Amino acid sequence: MASPQMVMYEEEFAQVQAVTNRLVQDANARVVFVVDKNGQLISASGDTGDLDTTSLASLTAGTIAATGGIAQLLREQEFATQYHEGVRQNVHIQVVSGRVILVVIFDNRTSLGLVRLRVKRATENLTRIFEMVMAKTQDPFRSSPFSEITDDDIDNLFND
Amino acid sequence: MSFINYLSREINCKIVYYGPGLCGKTTNLQYIYNRTNPDAKGKMISLATETERTLFFDFLPLEIGEIRGFKTRFHLYTVPGQVFYDASRKLILKGVDGVVFVADSQMLRAEANSESMDNLRTNLAEQGYNLDTIPYVIQYNKRDMPNISPTEELRQMLNTGDVPDFNAVATTGEGVFETLKSVAKLVLTELKRGAAR
Repeated sequence: MASPQMVMYEEEFAQVQAVTNRLVQDANARVVFVVDKNGQLISASGDTGDLDTTSLASLTAGTIAATGGIAQLLREQEFATQYHEGVRQNVHIQVVSGRVILVVIFDNRTSLGLVRLRVKRATENLTRIFEMVMAKTQDPFRSSPFSEITDDDIDNLFND
Repeated sequence: MSFINYLSREINCKIVYYGPGLCGKTTNLQYIYNRTNPDAKGKMISLATETERTLFFDFLPLEIGEIRGFKTRFHLYTVPGQVFYDASRKLILKGVDGVVFVADSQMLRAEANSESMDNLRTNLAEQGYNLDTIPYVIQYNKRDMPNISPTEELRQMLNTGDVPDFNAVATTGEGVFETLKSVAKLVLTELKRGAAR
């Protein structure tokens, strides 16, 4: 298979959540979320109440994929950082270790400079955590939830 | 590439609907969206042109139930079918777990079907996937139109790997859920097989 699946265990999930929670506070951001490059939401912190985080995750990954395509055509490396400026809200997007995307949504209670500064530190921490996640995922001695699943379980899912 | 989260006990998989322009990929997703319980689906996103042709992708998150205590979610994507959007199609195939090829049954679209199938094979290979081994089903859509090819002819032309295939009329929903269930089942079976390796 082209790219291995990602398995997120409790320990690393808690670490990712701690990084995003802290980034919300330190950067005075509205929302921070981490998305897999394939569009799967990994974690979200802050004021996510009325936000459709699933759609945001998919669209953010689409944006990164599209600019990645532009970079390739220009024979440029990936555009690892993006910034979208709105009237009331802004979005800062950072690719972390080429594998996941860190998204910060913020308003005029903070500044782009502060967000950039705090994102830098969070990126370093997330890089370390995701290296562990991938090492664990690829560990052949770790069981996947699928090793327990039977054909009957799968059939039952599709019984009307 | 599936994503498994132990804390929230979720399994997320990605299915891509592929096929030539105007074959009914978006219509498949729209039907699924309209007929699914609101609790089981997220918002459907369509990045389309002003004339409602898919520009980048359609996206529909769908929850199909629990398996051993894990919520099983499928993220359904379509690609833009028009030939000149090839760069976008490649991007959307990244991390795919299963593919539905939607063929247009009209005789006049026979060449477009073959071209799109070749394009799918090439683009998957560029991402490191093989169409002969990835979970994959075919849907012969627009069976209600005049001047359609017989299913057997379409099968001979497109289904050389003898994968599950379905007749469909996506506008009325005929064959839509059968196709989805079939590919979803193949994806889960493949994940199970991968875990056993």
